[in-house]
Amino acid sequence: MITDLIAIIRDYWLLLLIGQYPNGPLGGLANTLILSALSIGFAFPVSIIFALARLSRWPLLRWPVTVLVYVTRGVPLLMLILWCYFVVPLVTGTDVPSFVIMLTTLVIYQGAFLSEVVRAGIVSLSHGQMDAARALGHSYLGAMRFIILPQALYNMIPSIISTFVSTIKDTTLGYVINVPDLTFAASQVNNQLLTQPFQVFLILALVYYVLCWSLTYVANRVERRIARRRAGTVSAAIAETTPATKIITEQP
Amino acid sequence: MNGFDLSVILTNPEFMSMLAHGIEATFIIYVGSWSLAMSLAILLLGIRFSPLPFGNRLVAAYVSYHRNVPTLVQLMLWYFGIFTLMPDWLTGWLTSHNAEVIFAIIGLGLCQAAYFSEDLRSGLRAVSPGQMEAAQALGHGYLSAMRFVIMPQGVRNALPPLINHSVSLFKNSSLALVIGAPELTHAIKEIENLSFRTFEIYLIGTLIYLFISLLIMAGGAYLSMRANPAVGGRA
Repeated sequence: MITDLIAIIRDYWLLLLIGQYPNGPLGGLANTLILSALSIGFAFPVSIIFALARLSRWPLLRWPVTVLVYVTRGVPLLMLILWCYFVVPLVTGTDVPSFVIMLTTLVIYQGAFLSEVVRAGIVSLSHGQMDAARALGHSYLGAMRFIILPQALYNMIPSIISTFVSTIKDTTLGYVINVPDLTFAASQVNNQLLTQPFQVFLILALVYYVLCWSLTYVANRVERRIARRRAGTVSAAIAETTPATKIITEQP
Repeated sequence: MNGFDLSVILTNPEFMSMLAHGIEATFIIYVGSWSLAMSLAILLLGIRFSPLPFGNRLVAAYVSYHRNVPTLVQLMLWYFGIFTLMPDWLTGWLTSHNAEVIFAIIGLGLCQAAYFSEDLRSGLRAVSPGQMEAAQALGHGYLSAMRFVIMPQGVRNALPPLINHSVSLFKNSSLALVIGAPELTHAIKEIENLSFRTFEIYLIGTLIYLFISLLIMAGGAYLSMRANPAVGGRA
């Protein structure tokens, strides 16, 4: 059993790591990481725009985004992938690689989820912050940019890392539209071997476990640090002893 | 492709029966995995609070595995991996009893149990230790204090995350598509292949999913209102 696992890793580690890269598209673990990093990179600004739109005074801006966020949260990610698979080529008018379709889906999906976090961060700041900024001569946008968002976003860092973890887990769904990621590479290995499906998928599960576990660990460390910094130097000792609330990542 | 026309699908008895079967299978998977997850979560919680050596660490490992490995990979490991290792008589029995649905229930249920047990645990931890001392001072034993004093408060605390995770379990039931279970998303894709009415059938599917998700959320909101008389429900 263990020797089987080692043999599979020895024979196929390159395929699992970068897919068929020099002779074909980049895939494997590298592609999973690139896809997740790009999604979170685009989803972050999108989530700020969504959150500002939902807090806006104009119903024309507020309502469509509110509906979009609720639909995104109430519908399976798989359904959203099917929608993008259908709509994105229609809109662009050309053949779009599955990587781009998956990226679009994840940006909308995680953007909607993160926008709730951003909105909560903005709402939780005291009203006086905005009033004081306006009194000092900032415009609404200026106050947002220089006073409100920096405070709200700093508190958001841990939940951005945990969203990154759930994005990594979400990229596995690209398997349905043949995005060449780690899961896809593992099923290719399985198709070549045919006799050891359990070993192959166990390796797959272990790789994801190591990846997500270490990132969750980092997120918890960062969260504790931010909690300590917010508590200030005087009560630092108290913050040290209070257990940090565990970050529960969004599924799947 | 012609213009938007929902009636092509809604008036076709074959498509409607496919949709109905899809909803039925999704319902079976959801109810089955939810019940499995909840009973397992309570069992895990019991092990965690019991004085068993290593019990705590065992449950922590279980939770850690199921939260850090993508649900889809867990399903694939069950259906493509563990299924093939089973003895022949079991494989035969499972194959003749809709193995895809059974493995979807097992995979989703085991995964969700980790989330449910963590929700319940943090709900219980939020109950102050003074409650237990007071209950025991009033003559309750450990179990009866748990049953009548600690649990009701703990479950009430745990309700919001439990409801959220119940909704995400419902959404995750669509993952069973990958191992070939004939659930709702599967039915939608099949109708799309037969009718070429992609937009219409996706719209119908989205509305069904949205409706059921909102129904679960509304049920949860009703429960929390009932459980928390101070906010407005009757005790």
